[in-house]
Amino acid sequence: MSEQGTNPHPGMNLGYDGGEKAAEVTIFGFWTFLMSDLVTFGLVFAVFGTMTGATAGGPGPEEVTDLRSIAIQTALLLGSSFAFSWASLSMKYHGGRLHMLGFLALAATSALGFLIFELIDLLHLVEIGAVPQRSGYLSALWALVCLHGLHVAGGLLWMGGMTLQILLFGLTDQIKSRVTRMGLYWHFLDIVWVGIFSMVYLAGVA
Amino acid sequence: MFDALFGRLTWDDLKPLELLHSQSINTLVGAGAALAAVIAAIAVVVLLTVTRRWTWLFKEWLTSVDHKKIGIMYIVLGFVMMARGIFEGVAMRTHQATAYQGGVLSAEHWAELFSTHGTIMIFFVAMPFITGFMNYLIPLQIGARDMAFPVLNLISLALTATGAALLMISLVIGKFETGGWTAYPPFTGADFDPGPGPDYWVWAIVISGFGSMFSGLNFAVTIYKMRAPGMKYLRMPVFTWTALCTSILLVFALPPLTIAGLMQALDRYLDFHFFTNDLGGNMMNYANLFWMFGHPEVYILILPAYGIFSELTTTFAAKPLYGYTSLVIATMSIAVVSFCVWLHHFFTMGQSPSINAAFGIATAVIAIPTGVKVYVWMATLWGGRIRFTTPMVYMVGFFILFTIGGFSGIILANPAINWQVHNTQFIVAHFHNVLLPGLIFGIFAGIHIWFPKAFGFRLHETAGKITACLWIVGFCMTFLPLYVVGLLGYPRRSAAYDDPAFIPYMIVTMLGAFVLLSAFVGLIATLWISIRKRDELAVPLGDPWDGRTLEWATPSPPPHWNFAVIPHISSRDAFVREKSEGKPYVLPEEYVDIHMPSNTWAGIVVLVTTTALGFALTWWIWWLAILSFVVLFLWFAADSFREHRGEIIPASTVRTAHQAWIEAVELSEPITRDDEDTPANRGYAKTDIVIAS
Amino acid sequence: MRDISDEERAERRQYTLGLILSIVLTAASFGIVILDVLPRGWVIPAIIVLALAQIVVHLRIFLHIDLTRQKREDLQLLLFTLLLLGIMAFGTLWILANLADRM
Repeated sequence: MSEQGTNPHPGMNLGYDGGEKAAEVTIFGFWTFLMSDLVTFGLVFAVFGTMTGATAGGPGPEEVTDLRSIAIQTALLLGSSFAFSWASLSMKYHGGRLHMLGFLALAATSALGFLIFELIDLLHLVEIGAVPQRSGYLSALWALVCLHGLHVAGGLLWMGGMTLQILLFGLTDQIKSRVTRMGLYWHFLDIVWVGIFSMVYLAGVA
Repeated sequence: MFDALFGRLTWDDLKPLELLHSQSINTLVGAGAALAAVIAAIAVVVLLTVTRRWTWLFKEWLTSVDHKKIGIMYIVLGFVMMARGIFEGVAMRTHQATAYQGGVLSAEHWAELFSTHGTIMIFFVAMPFITGFMNYLIPLQIGARDMAFPVLNLISLALTATGAALLMISLVIGKFETGGWTAYPPFTGADFDPGPGPDYWVWAIVISGFGSMFSGLNFAVTIYKMRAPGMKYLRMPVFTWTALCTSILLVFALPPLTIAGLMQALDRYLDFHFFTNDLGGNMMNYANLFWMFGHPEVYILILPAYGIFSELTTTFAAKPLYGYTSLVIATMSIAVVSFCVWLHHFFTMGQSPSINAAFGIATAVIAIPTGVKVYVWMATLWGGRIRFTTPMVYMVGFFILFTIGGFSGIILANPAINWQVHNTQFIVAHFHNVLLPGLIFGIFAGIHIWFPKAFGFRLHETAGKITACLWIVGFCMTFLPLYVVGLLGYPRRSAAYDDPAFIPYMIVTMLGAFVLLSAFVGLIATLWISIRKRDELAVPLGDPWDGRTLEWATPSPPPHWNFAVIPHISSRDAFVREKSEGKPYVLPEEYVDIHMPSNTWAGIVVLVTTTALGFALTWWIWWLAILSFVVLFLWFAADSFREHRGEIIPASTVRTAHQAWIEAVELSEPITRDDEDTPANRGYAKTDIVIAS
Repeated sequence: MRDISDEERAERRQYTLGLILSIVLTAASFGIVILDVLPRGWVIPAIIVLALAQIVVHLRIFLHIDLTRQKREDLQLLLFTLLLLGIMAFGTLWILANLADRM
């Protein structure tokens, strides 16, 4: 991406005025926050890893994994991430407010689909008695999956707020900086999901 | 109806009311302390109302995003909590002195005391102290006007204050947990302690933990991105270096604590099985998570103190730091290695000897960079023109006592020895020996150094020296005997003992605790005397100690905008360079408008809502929990729609203030170091410094 | 339709490449498990390698972490985080697995 010149991240096209320095600081701060969040996720993964055997006679990985649903969720979240990158390209190259919001809406819809499938999965778990109260393994599974799910839900709320702000104020420097941070957050969550579907579900049933 | 409104809270939980039913020593101490806290709170409110200070409090302090004021508020918070912590310490030592087959307090009360004492001293005394110092000093030392995220800074303070508030509420309403500051489940799990105690702990720790994490993030980004032009990494003051490493530790060490706390909450509230005894729960996971935070935390606390001691030695020996680069490397290696040693807090948990050996070796290794530091300070003092000021008294105490504490740490790093003294008073002696002479002496020395910067007058030297000596003596009496009783086999945290051999030692420690209490009073007295004599101690010109770093290149107290013009840095010890070139106080060619962030209610909103949230969750008052969370969320959502313009300080204001200061400097005579402790010291130093190469 | 600059087109190609790589790697992971083509002991290592590969793809293409100068601070921070996380996560698994063995 060398052709991006001095822009620190995609979507940043703020020119060379004072705003850029401020935006760079803010984005670096957010990146630091994400790194802290990465440690959080990593350690919940580690705790999950220590509890894979702690099924206490309850449902194990075989019972809780519906690979078809996981595949759909993976596709939806990846699609959402991809749609978001299209939205940030649109913002960067002045594709127009509505053009950009269209992709943002696509990203949001896709993520909403992800959440719905995840919710269906979780409801199914409740149905077969694989509730977190059943065993240490299930506690860790629910905690990890829900932690990610709550992050996604939070991201959706954020997108809603940003959509409103873009409609109200247009793509100001401030809002561009926020959208850029949202992008980092969104792609970061997709990376966490790669870990979840690989280590929790695929490795669980393998 | 009552249940829906007040959750599990009942009248019986109001502790001061216990005095009506019983007047035993336990109630007198417990309920008496609660009553005292309530009366103190009411007194503060009355005082503020009588003196009509409410507007001032809100406008000048609680809504301010000025890093200097936030720093001072952190330190005030630390002192308030320290008062309680010390009284608890005295109560505990008194109990222990009488604990031969009994003791004045009940076992339950004793357990509550050591739990609150530990939690308060670590999270709400030590943490606010170091955060306060970093807040005050980082921007001034790197030549910045404020933090990278000033509002976030205020929010961090509010979150920390929330934790402290929950601790204070737990004194009055209900009771705190009894599982020590580490709160190990399953003892603190729902099966063994369904009461509100562990919940108070969880929410105080988790909420203030977010505050600490955000502080760390803020400081790290500030140091990375906001340094004045020319201030390369290897030109940063040493305190800033230690602050940077501490910030990084805060960002990465707080997540394990937050996770451990929240998993504990899931166990307690939703019947999960992370750390329970049954259904696959594993409390060893908790010990592991907690100490993954707990050990870096030790260095989070001590590194800034190292920074203060470094600044102190160079200033009062009037020499550049010997071995700056090795000190920086030592600090960074401590930061990284501190993540590789956590298991030495649970050598006895049952893992194989090879794992113990690995962590034991890592623990011994971390002593090397610490040793490097001690040599760096000694070499800096060597051949210097040392002035024996109050900070130097603390430094001497630190040198000797901290080295003893460090050595006892190396002893403990050996798993075989650790098995012997594990869970005895030896451990208590060790960590007080590093935290008190290390961290607390550093903080008090730092207060003597930078108090004149923050308030414009020095602290009284004689009072300060007496206080420092009281701290040193009090420490030795209180904690050194614990090494002995520890080796004799006195288990820590036990409410009573059966060996009469402990009694004389415990009486000495009790007397020591009273000396420490008087040292705390001495601190207040020092402050009081200094305020009374503030005119003769005034140092408005800003450089009372012939300082080396940029914060001394500002008037005392510094203006809201710190620097009239952002300095350009061309070497280490930037202010020394300016002084040696004979142009520390020059008028710039032009002044420009300065853009500063404006005051915000964010801090107060966060403080009120998160305190309500923590309290409501502790007492199962669900409507209040939901309400406070929603208010918090909506406030910030709405706030993001407002434009934050900040305020512009016009160049003319800056010019007037700056010129007045320069003029005052020019009108006064620079004083030599001989007159440092006389009223002639107005903060204009005749420099006595060997120039850094 | 507005004009699309070469620069934008190049970036779009990058993102598309990222999408395709991600799909391929994900499909490979799922394929290994569903089709059961690898010997038993190889499955989990293969999943881990594929997941790591995909994470690198995401970081490089979607998060723009690369070796150019402006990103270096981001990259350094990421690597430092991974170092610490590696120590903590590996340590956790090591200690707890050992404890489980000895119970």
